[in-house]
Amino acid sequence: MNIQEVLKAKENEQLFLLGNEATVRGALESGVGIAATYPGTPSSEIGDVLSKIAEDAGIYFEFSTNEKVALEVAAAASVSGIRSFTFMKHVGLNVASDSFMSVPYTSVEAGMVILSADDPSMFSSQNEQDNRYYARLANIPMVEPSNPQEIKDIMKYSYDLSEKFKIPILMRTTTRVSHMRGVVNMGDVMEPKREGFFKRDPKRFVPVPSSARVMHKVLVEKMENLKQVTNNSPLNQIFNRKGKVGVITSGGAFNYVMDVIVENQLEVNVLKLTLTYPFPDELVLKFIKDLDTVIVVEEVDPIMENELLSIIGKNGLKKIVHGKLDGTLPMIYEYSPNIIIDAMESVLDKNLTKYDTDESPIKLPERPPTLCPGCPHRAAYFSVKRAAKLLKLEDVIYPTDIGCYTLGVSSPYNAADYLLSMGSSIGTSCGFSKATNQSIVSFIGDSTFFHAGIPPLINAVHNKDRFVLVILDNRTTAMTGGQSNPGLPVDGMGLESPEISIEQIVKATGVQFLRTINPLSVRKAQETFKEALEFEGVSVVISKHPCMLIKNDKRGEKFLEVNQDKCDACSVCLEELSCTAIFTDEDGIVHIDPQLCNKCNVCVQVCPEKAIGIKK
Amino acid sequence: MKPYNIYISGVGGQGIIKTSTVIGEAAMKSSMPVVMSEVHGMAQRGGGVSTELKIGDSFSSIIEKGSADILISFEPVEALRAIPKISNKTSVIVNKCPIYPFNIRESEIAYPNIEIILEELNNNSKEVFALDANKIANESGHQLSMNMVMMGSATAINGFPLKKEIIIDSMKANLPKNSLDINLKAFENGFNFVKS
Repeated sequence: MNIQEVLKAKENEQLFLLGNEATVRGALESGVGIAATYPGTPSSEIGDVLSKIAEDAGIYFEFSTNEKVALEVAAAASVSGIRSFTFMKHVGLNVASDSFMSVPYTSVEAGMVILSADDPSMFSSQNEQDNRYYARLANIPMVEPSNPQEIKDIMKYSYDLSEKFKIPILMRTTTRVSHMRGVVNMGDVMEPKREGFFKRDPKRFVPVPSSARVMHKVLVEKMENLKQVTNNSPLNQIFNRKGKVGVITSGGAFNYVMDVIVENQLEVNVLKLTLTYPFPDELVLKFIKDLDTVIVVEEVDPIMENELLSIIGKNGLKKIVHGKLDGTLPMIYEYSPNIIIDAMESVLDKNLTKYDTDESPIKLPERPPTLCPGCPHRAAYFSVKRAAKLLKLEDVIYPTDIGCYTLGVSSPYNAADYLLSMGSSIGTSCGFSKATNQSIVSFIGDSTFFHAGIPPLINAVHNKDRFVLVILDNRTTAMTGGQSNPGLPVDGMGLESPEISIEQIVKATGVQFLRTINPLSVRKAQETFKEALEFEGVSVVISKHPCMLIKNDKRGEKFLEVNQDKCDACSVCLEELSCTAIFTDEDGIVHIDPQLCNKCNVCVQVCPEKAIGIKK
Repeated sequence: MKPYNIYISGVGGQGIIKTSTVIGEAAMKSSMPVVMSEVHGMAQRGGGVSTELKIGDSFSSIIEKGSADILISFEPVEALRAIPKISNKTSVIVNKCPIYPFNIRESEIAYPNIEIILEELNNNSKEVFALDANKIANESGHQLSMNMVMMGSATAINGFPLKKEIIIDSMKANLPKNSLDINLKAFENGFNFVKS
């Protein structure tokens, strides 16, 4: 499928879409006029598709500097009468949360949907926080689709609901729903409205305390009224299958429940909640009325289970409730069909169809992800480590940040010692500089620097901290798939755009030591890092070279090879540089894989025997 | 229709997601229900990658333990890692060419011998087709067509629910024009490997 089909497919056509692609189609069918994000897995592909089709669709789309800005762009669009969409990974909503909390107070005009892609089991995240709490924290209605078709349809539904109640809608997906591909039936694309008008109304839009007090009251009333919707919506569905046992479930977990029930023909009733907040208490009460036993199947925290227990308590009912709190289901990580099978077996006390397969008894080497062959980060790590060694520095602290370079946590680089969140490399360096006498080398990428690195750098200079900051500028947002960022001359729609200079920003903070290096020039890089390490105060080295995944014809067709007459198998290239294109055969002879090598020439420079050169 | 479950595993960069999408779209064009699960994010960074396809009636796109009808593994160790998904009813197609993890030199666990891997796969499945898919791909015109060799082999397995012609149509709709001939040849060569 050509990705343009997401825009071009006609009504009633079918496409085989990823959940994230179906999200874009849902936005198109809802007439979204403005969309903004900061890339983050598992939501990244939504932005990737939008960046390719927004211009043709007549939509404005941007990769904002961070999630908070993205949410603010969308909020302003909405109050100007344009349907808006912002989406982010679950931890991105933490960044956006300050403004996120205010939007339900100030209310919306045209529909606004905020999508949070949660990551149970942490496929590519630092935590598996359950963002259903955010709906409760902010008083925002929540929808939880289970598959790509539902995502698309519920996007449309959410925009109508948002406009009707003048409130933003929070859509929660999980990795398995965002990255599930399925057959999706197209609806009609709606012409987007792009020109809005903001009518000032400070009592509504400026939450100074006197107005905010009124706004909160109105919001609580709205949510009370929305309960009528969640209690009666056809999106919250009861599947009656007789029996005295029922399951309450939502999102991706619903899919596992249904597969197990259908395959084993179980007499178990199911309540599928899609509009999950405000929690539909009357519907739940109706569902459990004739049941003895209720199982709550949800990922990740026991949120609906606690809601259910409170309904049971309030109504003085006697029901057996299984879920996470009694250990029937695990408290952490994503679910799987087999987790549901085991839970059903224990609750129903019967054997279900299953294979008890185990992992192979043969021990398998792990295959962690790593930096690509020729990655400029690898070269930077090599030189920083060498420089610290030459200066005989011990116990150096390497605070790191979020991006490909976090992979520097693995050996032999061991260049990631402390990480909290986007931008934390610099903020924690400030703390280490005050709390210890150790040398500190902090790493942050270009996109992450724009996202959350600037305020802590200002903090560092102002408070006279002492550390080396290495800004790994690889000219893209690499880990999430290569999105543009403000440091590039193109914007989120691929249009020409002013390039923001990292160098100028650093200069403006008053940093006294600033150098820009090409990390692939090893000797120069090492010398610069040595100087930076010896500098008293904040020193900044911008290590600038494009990501190897960016297409570059200049690298040409020359191949590197190891001259076996000179190579003495000293292992510097294998163990200190550890490039994935360099390997040894069964006889211990060192080779370079021409398929993998990206011709960065770093191994040529680090080889003590000068044994690596261009293939003749 | 009870789902036909396809588990595909290998290493990032081998074309696993593309292969799975070609199969999935072919199922859709055959008017069969189909769902698929992909792993994104680390796919280009040399880590293990797998996809799961269910062709038939299914809500979830995750295959239960032991319930894969076919395991297509682009790399030997990644086939062994998928053993919990297979049973004595599973057909296995495995590319014999190993890709060593980048840190294998300092790994406490060595890369297992290929004969041991194949024996273990044989003991845990219905049948095993082990092929040098890299070689067949090179003979077809380019090493990067290895994924189509593997898909061709899968198509030739007894019980595979999709017609060869529909998969070829799906290849034409999904693969770049300038490498289509090589990919079609690789597919054909993979198909013939299992058939012969």
